Amino acid sequence: MESKRRQPTQQPPPVQWLALRYCKRGRARFTSHQDFGRAFERALRRADVPMAYSSGFSPHPRISYANASATGAATEADYLEIGLAERREPAAVAAALTAALPDGLAVLEAVESTGRGLGERLTASHWWIDLAGADREASAGAVAAFLAADRVWVERLTKNGVRRFDAREPVLRLEAEEGGLALWLAHRVPLVRPDDVVQALAAVESAFVPEVPALYTRLAQGVWRDGRVIGPFEDAAADPSPAAS
Amino acid sequence: MTDVTREPHSLYDRLEPLLASVARPIQYVGGEVNSIRKDWADAEVRWVLMYPDTYAVGQPNQGLAILYEVLNEQDWILAERSFAVWPDLAELLSAHRLPQFTLENHRPVGAFDLLGVSLSTELGYTNLLAALDLAGIPLHAADRTGDHPIVIVGGHGAVNPEPIADFIDAAVLGDGEEAVLAVSRVLRAWKAAGRPGGRDGLLERLAITAGCYVPRFYDVGYLPDGRIEAVRPNRPGIPARVEKYTLQDLDDWPYPKAPLVPLAETVHERYSVEIFRGCTQGCRFCQAGMVTRPVRERSIDTIGRMVEAGLAATGLEEVGLLSLSSADHSEIGSIARELADRYAGTNVSLSLPSTRVDAFNVELAEELARNGRRAGLTFAPEGGSERLRRVINKGVTEEDLLQTVATAFTGGWRSVKLYFMCGLPTETDEDVVAIADLAARVIEAGRRATGQRDIHCTVSIGAFVPKPHTPFQWAGQADIETIDRRLRLLRDRVRADRRYGRAIGVRYSDGRPGVIEGLLARGDRRLGPVIEAAFRAGARFDGWSEHFDLDRWLAAAESGLAGTGVDVAWYTTRERGWDEVLPWDHLDLGLDRNWLWDDWQAALAEDATADCRWHGCYDCGVCTSLGTRTEVGPTGRHLLPPAAAPGPA
Repeated sequence: MESKRRQPTQQPPPVQWLALRYCKRGRARFTSHQDFGRAFERALRRADVPMAYSSGFSPHPRISYANASATGAATEADYLEIGLAERREPAAVAAALTAALPDGLAVLEAVESTGRGLGERLTASHWWIDLAGADREASAGAVAAFLAADRVWVERLTKNGVRRFDAREPVLRLEAEEGGLALWLAHRVPLVRPDDVVQALAAVESAFVPEVPALYTRLAQGVWRDGRVIGPFEDAAADPSPAAS
Repeated sequence: MTDVTREPHSLYDRLEPLLASVARPIQYVGGEVNSIRKDWADAEVRWVLMYPDTYAVGQPNQGLAILYEVLNEQDWILAERSFAVWPDLAELLSAHRLPQFTLENHRPVGAFDLLGVSLSTELGYTNLLAALDLAGIPLHAADRTGDHPIVIVGGHGAVNPEPIADFIDAAVLGDGEEAVLAVSRVLRAWKAAGRPGGRDGLLERLAITAGCYVPRFYDVGYLPDGRIEAVRPNRPGIPARVEKYTLQDLDDWPYPKAPLVPLAETVHERYSVEIFRGCTQGCRFCQAGMVTRPVRERSIDTIGRMVEAGLAATGLEEVGLLSLSSADHSEIGSIARELADRYAGTNVSLSLPSTRVDAFNVELAEELARNGRRAGLTFAPEGGSERLRRVINKGVTEEDLLQTVATAFTGGWRSVKLYFMCGLPTETDEDVVAIADLAARVIEAGRRATGQRDIHCTVSIGAFVPKPHTPFQWAGQADIETIDRRLRLLRDRVRADRRYGRAIGVRYSDGRPGVIEGLLARGDRRLGPVIEAAFRAGARFDGWSEHFDLDRWLAAAESGLAGTGVDVAWYTTRERGWDEVLPWDHLDLGLDRNWLWDDWQAALAEDATADCRWHGCYDCGVCTSLGTRTEVGPTGRHLLPPAAAPGPA
C-alpha cells in the first residue's frame, strides 16, 4: 500500500531582521536562558509579531541569541535577532514586545540588522557587582592585588567536572566603588564570568569576604575601545555590514 | 470588615539571597503573566492554593488554575499559590528560619485563612506534611488554634482522606468551583459574626452549611479482627454521609479564561480546555471515571470561545482538548474539524488525549495533525487478553485493535504506543505474556498495511492499584513479586521473538511505589502514624523515583501500625468482603454501593457493562442520588467565527 509520508513545507526566508537589546531586571534575573526563550516566543505571539519560521518538520521562529547572561545575573544589555515574515517598524516591535513580556523582562532597543555578525560585535561586557555590606578597603586591597597579579587561578564546577582557569587575563578594567565593583571583562574561551572574578578576589585577599551573595548586572556589551564598552547600536562604524534593503 | 489579621511582610528580600544557590530559582519568584496580586487589606477571605509537588508539576494542574480564577474574580477573596519546595531550598529555608511562602506576594502560608491543597495522588501526602511543617502549622489538626489556617483538601487524591484525617481540617468531595465559594462565604459570615465557637465553630459551619467532610466530627470503631465496625458522627447536626459537589453546567463556568503563563519550564505548556467532565465508559479500574460522573459536556461554541480567548491571553501555541476520553464528546468531529480549519496556516497545534481503540480516534488524530505536527498515537487496551479485558470492562477485541493500528499505519504513522496494566484482578501469567503476542500482531499488521518494515510499537505497562469508589475497591492487590515475575516473563517472550521482537519496546514503571500507593489509597485512620513516621524519616516527593524509598516506608508501617494487628498486606493484598465497612463508605461520590458490588461480581463473571450514554441507564446511582444528569449533545451548533477570521485556505 502507498505510504502517505509527507515532506515538510519550505518556509520563505525572512524579509526583515531586527536586532534587539533586552534586559532582565529584579526577580526576572532568575530566568535561565531557556526560560527567557520560552517567555520571549510567547511574547512574540501575544504581540502579533509576524515571525518568519525555519523549514522542517517542526518549524521554529527565526531567533538567534548572542551571549545570554547566566541564570541569576541581571542584565541591561543582552542581545538577540529575529527574522520577520513582514516588515515592521523596529520601535513599534520593541514596545509591543515589552508590553507582552512578564515583569522584569523588556526590549529596550530595536534596530534593523542583517541577521549575521551580531556576536562578533559583542566581545566585552561592563558589569556592576553589587556587594552590599562589603568592606570598601578590603575590596580596594583585593582589586589592587588582583590587578598586580599575572595569573589568578580559579575553579568552577561545569557539566564536565571541575575546570581550572585564569580569571585575570580577560579583565580589562576593575575598580572598587561604594557598594560594589565595576568590572570590564573581555569574552574569551573559556568564558570568565563576573562570579569567577569575585572568587579570584577572595583568593588574592583573605579579608575580602562578601557578607551576602553578590548580585551581578551586565550594564553594557559591545566592543572594547578607548577604555569603554561600545554597544553594537551605538557605533555604526563598528558595523561591518550595515542593514540592507 | 471585622478582620484584624495584620498584613504579613513579604519574605522576598530574605528569600532572594538563598535563590542564588538552588536549582531552577525562577520557580520561586512568581510574577508570571496573568498572575494576580491583590491587596491584603481589601480581602475578607484569604486562600493559599497549594499543589504538593514542584512548580513544574503543579502549576499546569487544571483544577488549580480554575480555582485560582474563580476565587480571585471575587473582590472580597484573595488567593495566592504555593508549591512544594525542592529539598535544596527546603534545607536553606529551615536554616534561615523562613517559612513556606506564596508566590504572588511571598507571604507566609501560616498567615492565611485557608490552605487549600489539591491532591492528585496519595504519594503527595508526605509533601503535604512537609509544607505544613515548613509553614509552622502544627501537623495535627487537633493542635491547631484560631491563629492557624484551615487546612482543606480536594481532588482525586482526597476521595478517601481517612489516612490523612489527623492532618487535615476538612475535605471537599467532587467539583471545586462552587465548593470553594461556599467555603469562602461560610468563613466570611463566621468572621463577621465575631468568630463564634472559635475554630470548632467554623468547622461545624463548614460541615453543616458548606458540605465539607470534617474528619474530627466522626468516630471510627474497629472490630477485634481489625476491620472497621462503624464510622459515626460524634456531634449533633453532622451528616452521617457527606455528598460530593457536582457542577451541572460547564458552559456557565468557562474557566480557566486566562491561565498564568509560567516562566519556568513545566510538564505541560499548553492552553487546556476541558471539553467534558466525567466518564461512563465504565472501566472498572478507573477511579477518575467513577468519581466524576455524570458526563457533562461543554458545548462546541463555548469551547471555541475559550480557545480563542485563552490563546490570546497566554500566547501559548498548543491547545489541549481535555477530558478522560476526549473522542467521546458527542460533537468531537465538528470540534476537531472546525478548530483545525480555524487555525490552519498558523502555528497553533491541537492535541486531544484519547486512547480509545477505534478508527475514529485515528481520524481525529489526522484531523488535528493537519497543521504539520503529528503527535504520537497511543491506544490503551489495558489488558493483554480478551478475557482480561472483559474483566476490566474494556470491550476491545483483538480485531478492533489490529484494524485500528492498520488504519494508523496506513495513515502515515510508523509507531504506536500501547498502554497496559499488570496485576489486574483474576490476571494470570498467560494474560500478561499475551501482551507480547498482541504487540507482535500489531507489528505484523503494520508491515502488511504499509509494505514496509520500519514499524515500531512501544508497550508501556503500569502496576494496577485498586482504588476506592470503584468496582475493584474490594479486590486484592497483586503483590510485587507476582508483578515482577509477570513482567519478566513478558520481557523474555518479547526478546525471544526473532521476527518482531526488535520492533517492540517494553517500558514499565517501578512497581514499588504501587505498594505504598495501594496502602494509602484504601487505608484508614490507623495510617496517620505511618505517614507521619515516613515524613519524620525524611520521605518527600514520593512520586519521584529518585526520592521514593520503599524500605523507609515499610519501616514506618512497621512502627506506625504496631499494636493494631493489621499490616501492609492486610491493607493491600487482602480481598474485602461485601459486609466489610470500607473506610470511605460514609463519603458519597454518588455511586450506589450495591451497583459497585454487582459490577465487581460482573467483572469476576467476565460480563460487560455498556456505556449509559449510548445503551441506557444501568443505575450506578449517581444521577438518582445526587439529582444530577448526564449532559451531552449534539447541540448542532458550530464554533462562532473568530473576530477577524482569515479567509478559507
